[in-house]
Amino acid sequence: MKIHEYQAKALLASFGVEVPRGELARTPEEARAAAQRLGGEVWVVKAQVHAGGRGKGGGILVCRSLDEVSDKAGRLLGRPLVTPQTGPKGRLVRKVYVEEGLAIARELYLGMILDRETRRIVIMASTEGGMEIEEVAARTPEKILKEYIDFSVGIQPFHVRNLAYGLGLAGETAKKAHRFITGLYRAFVEKDASLVEINPLVVTASGDLLALDAKMNFDDNALFRHKDVHALRDTDEEEPLEVRASQFDLSYIKLDGDIGNLVNGAGLAMATMDIIKHFGGEPANFLDVGGSADREKVKAAFEIILADRPKAILVNIFGGIMKCDTIADGVVAAAREVSLDVPLVVRLQGTHVEVGRRILSESGLPIITAETMREAAEKVVQASRGQIRAA
Amino acid sequence: MAIFLDQNARVIVQGITGGAGSFHARQMVQYGTRVVGGVTPGKGGTRLDDIPVFDTVRQAVAATGATATAIFVPAPFCKDAILEAVDAGIRLVVCITEGVPVLDMLAVKPIVDREGVRLIGPNCPGIISPGKAKIGIMPGHIHLPGHVGVISRSGTLTYEAVDQLTKLGIGQSTCIGIGGDPVQGTNFIDCLQAFAQDPDTRAVVLIGEIGGSAEEKAASWIREHMPDKPVVAFIAGQTAPPGRRMGHAGAIIAGGRGTAKEKIECLKDHGIDVAPTPADIGETLARRIGRVG
Repeated sequence: MKIHEYQAKALLASFGVEVPRGELARTPEEARAAAQRLGGEVWVVKAQVHAGGRGKGGGILVCRSLDEVSDKAGRLLGRPLVTPQTGPKGRLVRKVYVEEGLAIARELYLGMILDRETRRIVIMASTEGGMEIEEVAARTPEKILKEYIDFSVGIQPFHVRNLAYGLGLAGETAKKAHRFITGLYRAFVEKDASLVEINPLVVTASGDLLALDAKMNFDDNALFRHKDVHALRDTDEEEPLEVRASQFDLSYIKLDGDIGNLVNGAGLAMATMDIIKHFGGEPANFLDVGGSADREKVKAAFEIILADRPKAILVNIFGGIMKCDTIADGVVAAAREVSLDVPLVVRLQGTHVEVGRRILSESGLPIITAETMREAAEKVVQASRGQIRAA
Repeated sequence: MAIFLDQNARVIVQGITGGAGSFHARQMVQYGTRVVGGVTPGKGGTRLDDIPVFDTVRQAVAATGATATAIFVPAPFCKDAILEAVDAGIRLVVCITEGVPVLDMLAVKPIVDREGVRLIGPNCPGIISPGKAKIGIMPGHIHLPGHVGVISRSGTLTYEAVDQLTKLGIGQSTCIGIGGDPVQGTNFIDCLQAFAQDPDTRAVVLIGEIGGSAEEKAASWIREHMPDKPVVAFIAGQTAPPGRRMGHAGAIIAGGRGTAKEKIECLKDHGIDVAPTPADIGETLARRIGRVG
């Protein structure tokens, strides 16, 4: 799960990580009032959307007067922001974060993720603040410092010393780095984060160390033990069909193609997308109904796929835990309720396959059946082009 | 022979009174697995069919001599369940449950390794040595005893591959679903090491997916240590968009790394045949071992 910059900063601040003072605003008037309360002569108005590259997309604007704050907030709010990560349609800006301006001496990078290979939490730091870390890694890998933390003992002072001195921090600033980095680590492990990125981490003219930007992602599987983090979810930032799917505990991702598919199991779902593409089609979605889908869940999955207006739909089920008759029941129920006006190809295999196939054939619905994955993929691609129909 | 699991395993089921636990305990018994007990705290002294239920794993081990466990408890309790099994002396732990927090696995994994316990999963279909025993949720009837080892990060996609092999008359020695999570008890190389030493396994099918670099590591291990046994592979997720988790917690292209394309190229560079579509996995292996049709 992703959260906004302003939420990440508030959360990190509660772990002793220093952040600039700021306030959230939903209108230009609120932005102006926020700037007035913050005081000073320079403010930064920052669009709050779940996408990186906001600076490049013009979503982070420096202002030198209160009029400018309300003016620039007005230009961001209610409009889509296009960044290198949003795609051409951009993301609608509903909130801006107004922050005090800082006298910045240096911009650094600090990131924290789980390293799958070493099964340790790795802290990455670089003197190239403000740049994307992938870019730094590709061009000048020697500029990235890495400290691997054993989860069972946690972060040690030497890790911080390696990072602080490696970044060229000295004196009081090095001491502040200790509080900053250990706070970040504690937030990561105590809240089950999957990523924390501070880019840039700034050193001010007076030697303070602050998170100028903050990005935090969380392990979805651990949200059950962090009600506070779960409450930060902003469904406005998510694809509406994906939000609906998550309410039914379906794993769904909307894609750009026109062949919908409903599959059990994530690996088989990916493979189904791949084989559709292999035979010249474009998958409209990824959808894993999971291993314990009941009739209602299958129906919901079917409705979500149809809502995206595909040209054809492929149901590909290999019954293990999931029984083919359950799927067949759900497909028939959904197809009856929604006026099914696109070709439907169903391929069932595995547990209770005969019962499942009988339910489909006795339903009287115009279903195109297939025995193998290849046959199913070929048929759904043809059906999407109007080349075949149900008998 | 087979790896990790044979007909001698004495298996308990943790979470045996739950819906999935009881269903699959019965399926395992039906397949011929020696299910000697079950564990559900508070249900000790009861039975599921003929299977005695205990309150703790320690009690179950003392009474039944169990050597292996299948874990079906809900994700928030898996860390506890795995550690309880390890503490009670269980040697093979198969955790089926999906949705275990990754930091729980970070805590569990070093202890499992230190005690020399074989943990498979979490978020996996389990393990089957066809004709001998199964610990997991895979449909037993699609398998055929034989000499091909199968390792996979997926569940149903593995059934698809196994089904193709069986229909071609190609049997399997052991099939292991290692699970779709970023931190797993058993990885590809653990399985490959065991298959390399198993005289009964003559070829291996490896089914990978996007995310991480396990397939690349497996490729170089195979070239270095197992040149005599043919390996074929399939990688799922060629059409997966970057930055999105494709169902499995570990299936994500992050920072441009972990794409299907780079994995497929790496496998091919290491002399491993990669099936062009998921429908060609069986035929690709048949060709490789010289058994077309």
